[in-house]
Amino acid sequence: MERKKQSDTRRRRVSAAIRLSARRWLSGAALATLFFGATSFSGATACGAEPLEYNRDIRPILADHCFACHGHDKGARKADLRLDQREAAVQAEAISESQPAQSELIARIFSSDPDVVMPPPETKKPLTAQEKELLKRWVVEGAKYQRHWAFVPPVRARPEVKHESWRQGLIDPYVMSRLEREGRKPGAPADRRTLIRRVTFDLTGLPPSLAEIDAFLKDDSPDAYARLVDRLLQNPAYGEHMARYWADLVRLADTNGMHKDFYRNFSTYRSWLIRAFNDNLRFDNFIRYQVAGDLYEKPTEDQLIASGFNRLHLIIDRGTALPEESHHKNVLDRVEAFGTAFLGMTVQCAQCHEHKYDPISQKEFYGLYAFFNNLDGAPETEGAPEGGIQQPAVSLSGDAGKLAMVMKERATPEPTFLLIRGAYDDPGEEVQRGTPAFLPALKKKDGGYSRMNLAEWLTDPQHPLTARVTVNRIWQQFFGVGIVKTSEDFGVRSDWPSHRELLDELALSFVESNWDVKNLVRAIVLSKTYRQSSDAAPADFKRDWENRLLARGPRYRMDAEMIRDQILFLSGRLNTKLYGESVKPPQPAGLWKAVSMAAPFTYVPDKGDAIYRRSFYTYWRRAMPPPQMTILNAPSREFCTTRRERTNTPLQALLMMNEQEYFSAARSCAALTLKEVNRDREKGLVLLYEKVTSHRPQGEQLELLRETLTAFREIYSEDKSLTELVTPELAEAEFDERVDLAAWTMLTHSLLNLEVAKVKR
Amino acid sequence: MTDMAKPFQQFCDLQNRRQFLLKSSTGLGAAALTLGQSAGAAETPVGAHHPAKAKRVIFLFMAGAPSQLDLFDNKPGLEKLHGQPLPAEISNGQRVTAMTRGKKQNICASVFKFAPQGKSGLEMCELLPHLSTMADDICLIKSTNTDAINHDPAKTYFCTGAEMPGRASMGSWLSYGLGSMNRDLPDFIVLTSAFWSGKVNVQALYSRLWGSGFLPSRHQGIAFQSTGDPVLFLSNPPGVSRKARLKMLEFVARANRLQQKQTGDPEIETSITQQELAFRMQTSVPELTDLSGETKAVTEMYGPEVGKTGSFARNCLLARRMAERDVRFIQLFHRGWDHHTGLPTHLRGQARDVDQPIAALLMDLKQRGLLKDTLVVFAGEFGRTAFAQTIKNRNDYGRDHHPRCFTTWMAGGGIRGGMSYGETDDFCYNVAKDPVHIRDFQATMLHQLGIDHARLSFPHQGLDKRLTGVEPARVVKEILS
Repeated sequence: MERKKQSDTRRRRVSAAIRLSARRWLSGAALATLFFGATSFSGATACGAEPLEYNRDIRPILADHCFACHGHDKGARKADLRLDQREAAVQAEAISESQPAQSELIARIFSSDPDVVMPPPETKKPLTAQEKELLKRWVVEGAKYQRHWAFVPPVRARPEVKHESWRQGLIDPYVMSRLEREGRKPGAPADRRTLIRRVTFDLTGLPPSLAEIDAFLKDDSPDAYARLVDRLLQNPAYGEHMARYWADLVRLADTNGMHKDFYRNFSTYRSWLIRAFNDNLRFDNFIRYQVAGDLYEKPTEDQLIASGFNRLHLIIDRGTALPEESHHKNVLDRVEAFGTAFLGMTVQCAQCHEHKYDPISQKEFYGLYAFFNNLDGAPETEGAPEGGIQQPAVSLSGDAGKLAMVMKERATPEPTFLLIRGAYDDPGEEVQRGTPAFLPALKKKDGGYSRMNLAEWLTDPQHPLTARVTVNRIWQQFFGVGIVKTSEDFGVRSDWPSHRELLDELALSFVESNWDVKNLVRAIVLSKTYRQSSDAAPADFKRDWENRLLARGPRYRMDAEMIRDQILFLSGRLNTKLYGESVKPPQPAGLWKAVSMAAPFTYVPDKGDAIYRRSFYTYWRRAMPPPQMTILNAPSREFCTTRRERTNTPLQALLMMNEQEYFSAARSCAALTLKEVNRDREKGLVLLYEKVTSHRPQGEQLELLRETLTAFREIYSEDKSLTELVTPELAEAEFDERVDLAAWTMLTHSLLNLEVAKVKR
Repeated sequence: MTDMAKPFQQFCDLQNRRQFLLKSSTGLGAAALTLGQSAGAAETPVGAHHPAKAKRVIFLFMAGAPSQLDLFDNKPGLEKLHGQPLPAEISNGQRVTAMTRGKKQNICASVFKFAPQGKSGLEMCELLPHLSTMADDICLIKSTNTDAINHDPAKTYFCTGAEMPGRASMGSWLSYGLGSMNRDLPDFIVLTSAFWSGKVNVQALYSRLWGSGFLPSRHQGIAFQSTGDPVLFLSNPPGVSRKARLKMLEFVARANRLQQKQTGDPEIETSITQQELAFRMQTSVPELTDLSGETKAVTEMYGPEVGKTGSFARNCLLARRMAERDVRFIQLFHRGWDHHTGLPTHLRGQARDVDQPIAALLMDLKQRGLLKDTLVVFAGEFGRTAFAQTIKNRNDYGRDHHPRCFTTWMAGGGIRGGMSYGETDDFCYNVAKDPVHIRDFQATMLHQLGIDHARLSFPHQGLDKRLTGVEPARVVKEILS
């Protein structure tokens, strides 16, 4: 009995710790601590000598344990008490100003009486001892409230830095200031090979060629790296790489995502994205075009294509659901995308009731809904229309006859009603277009607001969210984790920023630079912070698993597309053609058939060099996305995704081991290499290793390569039929040459499975 | 031990060491490193909240929605009302589909006969003669209901707890909550039938139905393929022998370790572990899907189609083999139940597809002592209307979608057999007594596995997301043994 009790208590503690750490800071590090007994760093500093900060230390606890019943949602409020506003809490006598230590709030949370204690036991959300102590300290120190930091415009606060060499630039002073506060030192600069590999992958999604590495190593001018960066920013592959992140965010895909999941064509939108990033379109315009490109007085083709953003939602076929239900779901999907992509808010939570945590009322939600409620087109699709184009669409002048799906307003706006409990067939009061009151107001104007007004509101330099959310997501591309880890949510339950002042600095500078993305990217990759080596002692990894402190360079497994594109690059087959329709590289047979309704939903792979195009062009069927991508954590593109997770699974190992195109690419790479060195073993080993890793093999590594090649040669020389299977192209050649190619193929294949080949470091 | 096997012994040692750490620091016996693990994000299963009655689930999902009136919920009283309009106070202006709106709603009685079966006398349909022999093990839930009226949202709702994509599926919740019971196979395996009898209106499936949504993706269901490799990319490419594979893995492990010495990155160790697991799966999965060791008596029990790859019968037998190997959540999808027209013909075929295999599965589990801790579940995404959507004659009619009531059943895993729970009205249109929303259904399922549905949560977008969502859900205690 006693034992059971003990283990129960322990279990409770464990799950509380999981909840706590997983929500707010660093699930990884905190849990590692839990199980490996090491100390760990966390994104926030909640205890110690530092003064308490409501936003960082207190609000998360209140939001987690109290606001559901004592927050701004009138409907859910208990005992007429709200704790999210100081005045209300004082007035209701939960917090006593005269005798803070005797406050009812304190008495309740420390009570052992189950009828009195808060939160009530049935909510199953007990406060931990540490949380109670924090709340007490906060009340005793005067119960200071703050507005949620992300809802207040950014302010510039340049930090004090002792290290002189880290005082320059946009980024480094902030990072160093935090490191100094934590008593930590930055990492050493990364070596040149590592650096060119990292930055080339980060700016183009591809590895550097050996010639590029060579040129960079030989260039000893002080601005060699800056010029390398500038060159990479001019590479058209940059646009493809940047656009791919955007595609995840806006759920860009090739099918409707519902019912029969028919094809639809958004290739012109994808091409526009690539061009927009390559041309460095001002990001405020990038946003405006997408939200309201159709509403310019004389919209350009680009503006119209971009407005297709509003059409990327899932859509159902006609004749199944009721059209008014489909209409409602489409609008919801549009609003959710708008909220996630631009506001970094979960506005959709307010569709049925007041938002539980963020100050968005249900009425305000429908105020946003009203902007997207007016598409001049059917709410459902009619089978598989010609070319995958659903109306409204415009024909483009450049590409003869080509159509692009666009946004278009009806002549008279649809009235919008608050939907009671979110039910499409239960309208309440009529609602006008508007934005949530906690954000800056729309500019006053006569008549109703348009989506263009919404776009202008969003890109107003005073808007506290737009620029922050954007720079955070771009930062996340380079460091693996955003300054705000929850890049999808900047609301009151969001992750506490690791470097809040830095985020503000980046947001302000971004707006001041006229929303210049390349400028921001350049600043990031030129920073000392970015250029640190990612090597560290195992204890440092453990202490700060996600590298929130930035005491080392970024290191994490690359995205599925980068891994595949690298393999194609090394095989010499990569087709670098830009733009155009989606392509179907080979995938295991039967995948579509296993889920589809009927023919013609069979996957027919393309032929020729189309299958070697960059993975960004791979056909994305929402019901069954390409497994080479999803196994490595690519999202299904059924909903907006601001950040991919990175897990490590045996299915990934199987993919890398057995995907036949990847294996065939290894053979191609091996054959090229053997040819280049005229089958010279020593030269070949160095060259091959350098191709795959951007580094030259050293002592032990080289010895291991020799030994392994010999072992593979043995295996294949003993087995003729096996050798023939690997080298069908060499049917005419001597057996020894075939054994050679088979062994080198296996070695290349092995190298492609190395951690260094899959990890950006 | 050969030299070649050395690195793998090291992997195993490492893994054992970790498991020991996990066990000793948390006291959760079941906790283990599951397939797919990040050393840094060392997340451990939440663990059971209370003692479990079931260790695993076999979920038989009848995609397309079988007609409860023709298969489970006998309404003999409709015979004399056949052809008459459904009273307005019964339909009560509820939502319908686009296929029915504005059309007549004339009552349609079933052509099929029902009779009491087993000691319990549970009423079963003539279309399910084999399953009828297992009546005493089955608990019919006739008052199951859902909110969604169209296939795609309804399937997504049942499988993930929300109509819109993005949530985690049932099996992935269990994987996340309870962790793995075996070292060589996934926690959550999906088997889809490659063919079925009801050839009309075949509805699509979506990988989101077994996706992990916001949960870490290693919890997602692994869909076994009926053709080619059962697990994608399982087999070595042509020309790569097992010996060559082993050599390759040994090289990769050694080279990665050299790298680790230089860089200090602990994630490398996880990567090595996953490669080793992948290698083990290359043996364990073919062993799992190889039915040659099954006795004739057993295979025959599953019926004539068991020999066909991708048949529901074969998948049932595979499900039993997975249950034996402690796969946590095994989900079968059988399509072809969407009978808007020609229902009697198509339903006969569909019932034939599943009747004998399911009965055999229950019996097989029972004989092996596995039924007591394996929860077997049968459900479609909704029911079908009491009125005919189309009718040609007494033997040729069709029914539309109906979310307000339908029949599901559970067996084994601590469920009382030989009982029927919940009642529908005389028209089989509304729930008359003891409603069981699909949330309640899910809560009950989780309960049997030792999980309090209200406490199994994952932080996402500022909320603690749960399988059963924010609306209340209750465990249907009345059906527990």
